[in-house]
Amino acid sequence: MDTEAIKTIITGTVPEATFDETGEWLTATIPAMEWKKLASQLRYPASCHFDFLFCITCIDWKTHLAMVYHLTSTTFRHNLVIKCNLDRSNPEIETVCNIWRTAEFHEREQYELFGVKFLNHPDLRRLILTDDFEGWPLRKDFEDPVNMIKL
Amino acid sequence: MFRQTEIVKHETTILSPNAPEGFGDLIINVGPQHPATHGVLHLVITLNGETIKKVEPHLGYIHRSIEKMCESLTYRQFIYVTSRMDYLSAHINNHACALCVEKGLQIEVPERAQVIRVILDELTRIASHELWWGAMAMDLGAFTPFFHAFRERETINDIMEATCGARLTMNFMVPGGIAADLHPTFQQKVKEFIVLFKSKIHEYDQLVTGNIIFQNRMKNVGYLSPEDAISYGCTGPTARGSGVSCDIRKLYPYDVYNKVAFDEILETGGDSFSRYLVRMRELHQSIRIIEQLIDNIPEGDFQAKTKAVLKLPKGEFYSRVETARGELGVFIVSEGGTTPYRIKFRSPGFSNLSALDHMARGSKIGDLVAMMGTLDLVIPDIDR
Repeated sequence: MDTEAIKTIITGTVPEATFDETGEWLTATIPAMEWKKLASQLRYPASCHFDFLFCITCIDWKTHLAMVYHLTSTTFRHNLVIKCNLDRSNPEIETVCNIWRTAEFHEREQYELFGVKFLNHPDLRRLILTDDFEGWPLRKDFEDPVNMIKL
Repeated sequence: MFRQTEIVKHETTILSPNAPEGFGDLIINVGPQHPATHGVLHLVITLNGETIKKVEPHLGYIHRSIEKMCESLTYRQFIYVTSRMDYLSAHINNHACALCVEKGLQIEVPERAQVIRVILDELTRIASHELWWGAMAMDLGAFTPFFHAFRERETINDIMEATCGARLTMNFMVPGGIAADLHPTFQQKVKEFIVLFKSKIHEYDQLVTGNIIFQNRMKNVGYLSPEDAISYGCTGPTARGSGVSCDIRKLYPYDVYNKVAFDEILETGGDSFSRYLVRMRELHQSIRIIEQLIDNIPEGDFQAKTKAVLKLPKGEFYSRVETARGELGVFIVSEGGTTPYRIKFRSPGFSNLSALDHMARGSKIGDLVAMMGTLDLVIPDIDR
C-alpha cells in the first residue's frame, strides 16, 4: 500500500490529521482523543494491517508532551508513525494494549518516565523505578540532586 | 487476532468448588538473585499446586537511566554507554547508534568499514549464542555444555581483545566507520577460528540437541503462536521460532548485508525447542557470512572524514539492527545541537519478556526455566 492510500484511511477516520513526509516514514499527527478509534482502523482491516507496534516513545517538548507510535505491517512491510500531542499538566491518552499486547509494558514504562496516564490500562503501575519514586524523571524539568545523571 | 491470555482454573477449585477465588494460591518470588535469571530479574509467580497462574516480572534492579544520561552526552560519547545495555551484543548496539547518527548526518561509510562491521557483528552473534547455549543447558541441569561453549567463545574474545582492546564492552564502532584499523593478525585469527568452530560444532548437537531428556523438556513447552509473537512485539529468534519472518538483516539490510548470501532461519513449532533450533542454525549462517567476507575486506579508509564535533540536523532518526536477541531500535530526536534532545532504545529483550506471562500460564513451574532460557534474556538490555 502506498503513502497516499494510508493517508486516505487516516483522513477517513480522523479528518483533522496532519501529515509530514520529510522524515524516513510517513508521520501523522492526530488529536489524542481520536487515537483509539484510529488504532483499530489501522490494525484490523486487511487492506492496511498494521499488526506490529514496534516502538512507543514520549517526548517532552517543554510546552507539551508528544506520544510517538511506530507501526509496521508484517504482511505489506509499510511503516507509519503516529503522533499525539498531550497537555503537559494533565497528559491523558487511551491505552492500545488490547489492540497490540506489547503496548502494556511500553505504556507502563512511558507512564513512569513521563507521567502519561493511559486510560483503561489494566495494570498501570511503576515498572522499572521503585514504588516510592517521586517525579517523572525523563521530563526536561526533572532535577534530582542526589542521583545526578547529568554531566 | 491474538489469543486471550487464559485464566487458569486451579486445582483446589476443582476439589472444593465453593472455595473463594484465589484459595490455595501460593505466591513465590524467583529472583532477583536467582541463578536461572542470569541477572537481576525478579519474577513474582502465582502458583496453584504446580500450575502457574500468573508470572509478573518486576524490573529495574539494574536500571541506570541510560536514555536520560544520553541526553547530556554528545553524539560521539553516547555510543560508549550503549555497550553496557546488551553487553553480549556490544558491537551490534554500537552499530545501531552509529547507523542512526550516520543517517542524520548522511555520512557515506567506506566499504572497508562496512565489511569489518559486519564481520564483527557476526562474531558477536556467535559469541552471544554460544553463551546462551551453555547457560541454557546449565539451567536445565547439564553443566558440561557450559565449558564446551566457553572454549570456543574464548577464541572470539581473544580476537576482539587484539583488535578492539576489550573483551566485552568494545566501543569500536563510531559514527563514520570504526575507531581503529584491524589488528594485523585479525584475518588469520578469524580463519583459524572458523576451522576450529567447524570441527567442534557437531559436538553441540551430539551433546545437547539430540539428547532425549533435553528434547522432552523443551518440546511443547512455552508455546507462542505467530499472531501472539507479533502482538507482543517479539523479534529475533523468539519470533522466528514461531515462524514470523522478522530478520532486519534481510528485511531492511544495512551496511553490506544485502551483498552476502545467508538464509533467514525460520522454525514453525513455536515452542522452546523451535527457538533453540533457530539459534543453533543461526550459528551456521553467521559462519557462512564471515567466510564470504573475511578474504574480501577491501583496502581503503576505515573511517569517513567527519567533523570533530558532530551536530545532527533538526529532525527524527530511527535505525534498526538485528542483535543476537532481536530488533534493536535507536530513535534520536534532534534539535540541531551537539547532544540528542531525546533518545529511545527499543530493546529486544523488553518486548520478548512481556510475552513470558502469556507463554507460562497453565504450564508447570518446572518448565518456566526452559521457557526463560530460550527467550535469551539479558537484564541490562531490558532495564537500560
